[in-house]
Amino acid sequence: MKTNQLNLTFSSIPENVSITRLLIASVGAQLDLPLNDIEELKVAVSEAVSNAIIHGYKNNPSHIVYLDLNITGDSLKIVVKDEGCGITDIDQAMQPAFSTDPERMGLGFVFMQSFMDELQVDSTLEVGTTVTMIKHLKQTPIVSH
Amino acid sequence: MKLGKKIERLTLLLRLDGELDMNTASIVRQAIDVEIEKRGIRTVILNLQDVRFVDSSGLGVIIGRYKKLLPLGGNIKITNVPPHIYKIMELSGLPKIISFYVDEAHAYEEGRGA
Ligand SMILES: Nc1ncnc2c1ncn2[C@@H]1O[C@H](COP(=O)(O)OP(=O)(O)OP(=O)(O)O)[C@@H](O)[C@H]1O
Ligand SMILES: [Mg+2]
Repeated sequence: MKTNQLNLTFSSIPENVSITRLLIASVGAQLDLPLNDIEELKVAVSEAVSNAIIHGYKNNPSHIVYLDLNITGDSLKIVVKDEGCGITDIDQAMQPAFSTDPERMGLGFVFMQSFMDELQVDSTLEVGTTVTMIKHLKQTPIVSH
Repeated sequence: MKLGKKIERLTLLLRLDGELDMNTASIVRQAIDVEIEKRGIRTVILNLQDVRFVDSSGLGVIIGRYKKLLPLGGNIKITNVPPHIYKIMELSGLPKIISFYVDEAHAYEEGRGA
């Protein structure tokens, strides 16, 4: 499988979340992933990007979110980064149903965790948050004639 | 997100067309809340046939309306859910608290005293 790298830098506006889903869906299609996997990747990216805008930047539209995609032979790595407020307690934030917003359900990390093979969250208060998600790709067997 | 609205007595039928995420969740929230407050709507039927995507922000808005209607003696019903949308709803536990129906007719029927 070819290696590939894509980087998208975008304003922290809600309209951009669907653009990041389009991007991951195209990449998933190029990798010949099953439709179900592509749907799951879209949810995972949507959650990480939404969190950056909603929580990291508190819905302030004048900041920048970074999305990096890295494809190597056997994995698809998705990195979503914000330079926002950071997370006080990462373990607590990742608990199912935990949310600092009473209107929300605390499902974002649950979905990222269930739909990706690896999930890592790095965060520093007042510096920002980086969410790294990895999906293992099945090696396409080499067809010999 | 496009919305189709139909009001019959105290029931609001909302047909959603598009992607339900943080960008569109507020449109749906407002469309429902305005009818609860101004017209005293008590039953909301959400037809999700043309919803192509939903994430936690979308699910949050549905649960939020459920929580708002419950103390008013109201209810929310979901119909025509595409399979890949149902999967994520199931993961969130939504079907444990909200009733799902195959189509609008079934949703209307139940609770009419039939
Ligand atoms: N990028 C971020 N910057 C700052 N805080 C974050 C960030 N991402 C997540 N958090 C914190 O972690 C909590 C849990 O996130 P999660 O996505 O699981 O739930 P939520 O966003 O609160 O609700 P939902 O995703 O269901 O709408 C958030 O409430 C928030 O406090
Ligand atoms: Mg979230």
